[in-house]
Amino acid sequence: MFGYLVRRIATSLAILFAVSFAVYAIFALLPFDPAALTCGKNCNNPAIIEANRIRLGYDIPFWQQYIVFLGGLFAGRNFGEGAAAIHCPAPSLGYSFNQHECVTTLIGRALPVTASLAIGAMILWLIVGITLGVVAARFRGRSADTASTIFVLIGTSLPTFLTGLLLLVFVVIKWKIIPFPSGNYTPLLENPFEWAQILFLPWVTLAFASAALYTRFVRNAVIETLSEDFIRTARAKGLSEKVILRKHTLRAALAPIATMAGLDFAGLLGGAILTEKVFNLPGLGRLSLSAVIEYDLPIIVGTTLLSAAIVITMNLIVDVLYALIDPRVRVAS
Amino acid sequence: MSLLEVADLSVQFRTPDGIVKAVDGVSFKVDRGETLAIVGESGSGKTVTNLAIMGLLPNKIANISGSAKLDTGGGSVDLLKIPSSDLRKIRGRDVAMIFQDPMSALHPYYTIGHQIIEAHQVHNQCSEEDSAKRAIELLELVGISDASKRLNAFPHQFSGGMRQRVMIAMALVNNPKVLIADEPTTALDVTVQAQIMKLLADLQKELGMAMILITHDLGVVAGSADRINVMYAGKIVESADVFELFANPQMPYTHGLLASIPRVDRPQLQRLETIPGQPPSLISLPAGCAFAPRCSRKSEVSGSACDLTMPALVEVSTGHSSRCHLVGSVIK
Ligand SMILES: Nc1ncnc2c1ncn2[C@@H]1O[C@H](COP(=O)(O)OP(=O)(O)OP(=O)(O)O)[C@@H](O)[C@H]1O
Ligand code: SF4
Ligand SMILES: [Mg+2]
Repeated sequence: MFGYLVRRIATSLAILFAVSFAVYAIFALLPFDPAALTCGKNCNNPAIIEANRIRLGYDIPFWQQYIVFLGGLFAGRNFGEGAAAIHCPAPSLGYSFNQHECVTTLIGRALPVTASLAIGAMILWLIVGITLGVVAARFRGRSADTASTIFVLIGTSLPTFLTGLLLLVFVVIKWKIIPFPSGNYTPLLENPFEWAQILFLPWVTLAFASAALYTRFVRNAVIETLSEDFIRTARAKGLSEKVILRKHTLRAALAPIATMAGLDFAGLLGGAILTEKVFNLPGLGRLSLSAVIEYDLPIIVGTTLLSAAIVITMNLIVDVLYALIDPRVRVAS
Repeated sequence: MSLLEVADLSVQFRTPDGIVKAVDGVSFKVDRGETLAIVGESGSGKTVTNLAIMGLLPNKIANISGSAKLDTGGGSVDLLKIPSSDLRKIRGRDVAMIFQDPMSALHPYYTIGHQIIEAHQVHNQCSEEDSAKRAIELLELVGISDASKRLNAFPHQFSGGMRQRVMIAMALVNNPKVLIADEPTTALDVTVQAQIMKLLADLQKELGMAMILITHDLGVVAGSADRINVMYAGKIVESADVFELFANPQMPYTHGLLASIPRVDRPQLQRLETIPGQPPSLISLPAGCAFAPRCSRKSEVSGSACDLTMPALVEVSTGHSSRCHLVGSVIK
């Protein structure tokens, strides 16, 4: 297991390195002049553009830029010289001239929002999806199963933004149960109640479709596992249905669900653009979206790299988790 | 009474295509220390018969009638009638079962020690340590060396034959009165098959339990069965003790099965006979003898009796009964 872990971490690092180069290359080779973009939409002052080009390091060849970028990642980086120099400490992902802030500072502010959103939503959809899925499988063909099928149909066919808008219109505007989203975010440690109040509807919105999807997956996985030979063996041993379901069925049925949840979670951490937009949350999704609209290259490179890093790390975690659940994987690796 | 008395057992499955008559009016007895073999082609109802006795059929689609009375020592209980909570206490304790495919019958995520200990713990109020001791004892009994270490191994670390040994150890952990072995060697190599059959026969003598041995190969049971029930299309078509059945088969189907066993006392080059044709659909069984479409001897019966009326299971001699219109006129 230890050797497996070391090997997996080494490969993950190598992949991350390759991805960082690819991402950097893609954006560096786009037909935009990043220096021109730094001075605003209606800027025609070549002097400012050239000065910014040098400050941001866009004047040197592409591969050198990448090395400087990597250096900044490990040692921090200065933009400009002398008193006007701007310092972005390690790990530096660059500096945004539009926002006048280091990219890592911007991400550092947006990530907790998105993380709170993603973690809360995942907990919600896992609880709902697993519970409904197991109940539907256990009472297959009965009314509980039918009810869950209806939920699955609604959940998977309603688009996220519509769910969000419906919740906003009814819960916030019509019934006034929750105040209108202000666009601000209160950290959990500052005021847990406000934190939950701000995030509650976004959680429900994000979790709704996934909960439906997971209900279907869990139901099918449980039904399939219940027809396995080893379940018949468990029955032949005289075990109770409760033990057979909880111990023998769920562990086997939920192993692939754990993988799925890990990867879905990683995808969400990159930013839940629609939900963040609908509920006006200052998360990573909104940061990336505005960066794309304003051609704010350093932010785009930074958030893209972060998403890649999250997905790769999550893959690693999920595989290790799977090896812990399924002993056959442990030995094969 | 006998240890296990099955009477008039029928099982029908409701399927989208119609009602499948998988088992139809099956009766037999098993005595203490006796091995009963149930032999028949694929789909003849051998497994369903025994799953019904174990209460392991999906009750939503299976319609079960008849009785299966087990002498538990404290009186007889009908396994088909008692509440499922009571049946659960009997399963794995008084009646244990091992299955055809040892590769999939063990839970892949738990160590074999865990699985055997679990089987012991359900039916015994004792410490885990005592159950572990019992598990080691059983693993040694079924010929797994280094048992205390192997307790921590996972099923995938064993070969097929070894897994079947583990299954046997697990089935025997509570000293069952009856062991049902459903084609325990079909999925294994020929050499391993012989080892497992010998192990089962030895264990049965040693522990004095009754055994129901299911197989589609008469050759497999020749050495270890006391009685043989031949099944065809859900019915018992011939039943006799093993010597009688081999020496004096009455029903053409039994004949066919016997002719398909390789034997050392026959010339090497003589081809083995197989029975041509397929068993009938269990959804629309013929009105007469179910074997009639494949029977080469039905012309010897006067009229069209074979196609029109179902022959009854009649006693040919003491302890030997057969379901065929030819019965009486000895087949040679
Ligand atoms: N759950 C079920 N639903 C519908 N039909 C079933 C079900 N289980 C078994 N059957 C049918 O019952 C018949 C008897 O099956 P059974 O498994 O008892 O045969 P078998 O004699 O054990 O054959 P094999 O040698 O292949 O194991 C088959 O035709 C099978 O298709
Ligand atoms: S009853 Fe007729 S068809 Fe059936 S086995 Fe006997 S001879 Fe053959
Ligand atoms: Mg079978």
